[in-house]
Amino acid sequence: MTIQEEQQEIIADFEYLLNWDDKYEYIIQLGKELPLIDSRYKTEDNLIRGCQSRVWLHADFLDGKLSFTADSDAIITKGLVSLVIKVLSGHTPKEIVDAEITFIEAIGLSSHLSPTRSNGLLSMLKQIKLYALAYQAKSVHS
Amino acid sequence: MHDTTTISDPALNIEHLRKDFPILDQTIYGSPLVYLDNAATTQKPEAVLKAMDDYYHTINSNVHRGVHYLSQRATEAYEGSRQKIADFINARHNHEIIFTRGTTEAINLVAASFGKKFLQAGDSILVSAVEHHSNIVPWQLICEEKGATLRVIPVDDNGELILHDLHRLLEGVKLVAFNYVSNSLGIINPVKHIISTAHSYNIPVLLDAAQAVQHMEVDVQDLDVDFLAFSSHKLYGPTGIGVLYGKEEWLNQLPPYQGGGEMIKTVTFEKTTYNDLPYKFEAGTPDMAGAIGLGAAIDYILGLGIRNVRQAEHNLMTYALDTLQDVQGIRFIGKADSANRAGVISFLVGDIHPFDLGEILDKQGIAVRTGHHCAQPVMDRYCIPGTVRASLAVYNNREDVDRLAAGIRKAAKLLLG
Ligand SMILES: Cc1ncc(COP(=O)(O)O)c(C=O)c1O
Repeated sequence: MTIQEEQQEIIADFEYLLNWDDKYEYIIQLGKELPLIDSRYKTEDNLIRGCQSRVWLHADFLDGKLSFTADSDAIITKGLVSLVIKVLSGHTPKEIVDAEITFIEAIGLSSHLSPTRSNGLLSMLKQIKLYALAYQAKSVHS
Repeated sequence: MHDTTTISDPALNIEHLRKDFPILDQTIYGSPLVYLDNAATTQKPEAVLKAMDDYYHTINSNVHRGVHYLSQRATEAYEGSRQKIADFINARHNHEIIFTRGTTEAINLVAASFGKKFLQAGDSILVSAVEHHSNIVPWQLICEEKGATLRVIPVDDNGELILHDLHRLLEGVKLVAFNYVSNSLGIINPVKHIISTAHSYNIPVLLDAAQAVQHMEVDVQDLDVDFLAFSSHKLYGPTGIGVLYGKEEWLNQLPPYQGGGEMIKTVTFEKTTYNDLPYKFEAGTPDMAGAIGLGAAIDYILGLGIRNVRQAEHNLMTYALDTLQDVQGIRFIGKADSANRAGVISFLVGDIHPFDLGEILDKQGIAVRTGHHCAQPVMDRYCIPGTVRASLAVYNNREDVDRLAAGIRKAAKLLLG
């Protein structure tokens, strides 16, 4: 699936969840499916500091594709992180750099992207783009 | 909705008083608003909004400058507010009241001006372990500049300051700065004891009263405190204005903080002479509407009676601690005792991240604060990432507390699965 298709699928899934509590229950459930970061990568270097909750992120580059593992100390953030990784993992650096992440807003959780909230999700998205840019630059030069 | 259980105090009719705060009457995501973030800022009664509106509609004009009618009216109103504040905290003189932008600016003023004149390399400033960043960082800045050090009164597991070593801690200290009530834990500190101990060594004391003046009587002469700071916006008044009280003998010794209009007597390029108190510390056009709004807020509180406010809030605090105690997995930060507590309840539930809990409460229309509350050293002391903080004002009722307890239960069910 393309990044766009992955996002469409998530948006469609959430359309069935009419109440906010159902939505959150689902997000929390997704948090449990997050590909957890190996404890040896759960370091200060891989810590993305939000003011409120913390996110750890690790990137692997294999066969031209990036994949991510992560963790967060807040369970709602963890659920959203899990969704972001589901959407972006397994794609090429170029696809990730070019991707526009629209699903978070579409499922009604845009407050998590507000810089005032600074809960780590926004910084994590930026970090993923930075990794992708770095690998894209590398593959162009090599 | 007239639930008899919500009328908790005979002296104040809370249901009636809530109508003075129009903002409370709204729904958030479909639920009636429960506003429990009062330690961050309180809502404003109609009387405050009207006073500010009237000011702009009828007498707006620059103060202390004009010969004309409006300027004189504006000056009277502005100075009238200063007098109200002086009376409110029982200052000896109204020129001991300096208008600032808030608590933060008041503390920065003293740190900079006192530090410039009195602080030398090797000296110390003493603060407590439960301070807001506003009462830490200004001191760090001046200490760094002067080669002085910041010393800290430790706190115990109950959130109470450990004072048996106070005499030793005071050695070489030039000023003690601490809060009356901690914004992260809500514990009322033994202010008189600390002030008199500091005074026995002729060390002046600055009291951060940002979380005190809205909850209890504060009398600067009775406390014998040298400096005291608070913010209007936590006292039902407008944002952007606050107060520094200083004893006349101290304020006269301090150099000005900022230069500009209003604070000078004569200016030549060779030499400027400064104005008298309080204008020496009020450079530039002040926040006139803000000062007048704060005056109206004080009138409002005095109208309710500050003792009645204290009593009503104390009753609600007792009810809140009792009610929340029954929530499974709840853990209060600081001793859960209403006698020594004002306004604030900080807690955690199980191992739920405060941010998650705050978000699910928000979805139920309940406004609380989550995080470190600008008091990171306090969180480090208890080895926690932050807390959920519910903070009360005079307009909160038992229904608010019940909604909070139910909201936490619902959140816990959702988050713990
Ligand atoms: C104890 C304490 N001190 C200082 C401050 C800072 O007040 P302001 O931001 O109004 O200057 C606050 C407000 O959060 C506070 O609670």
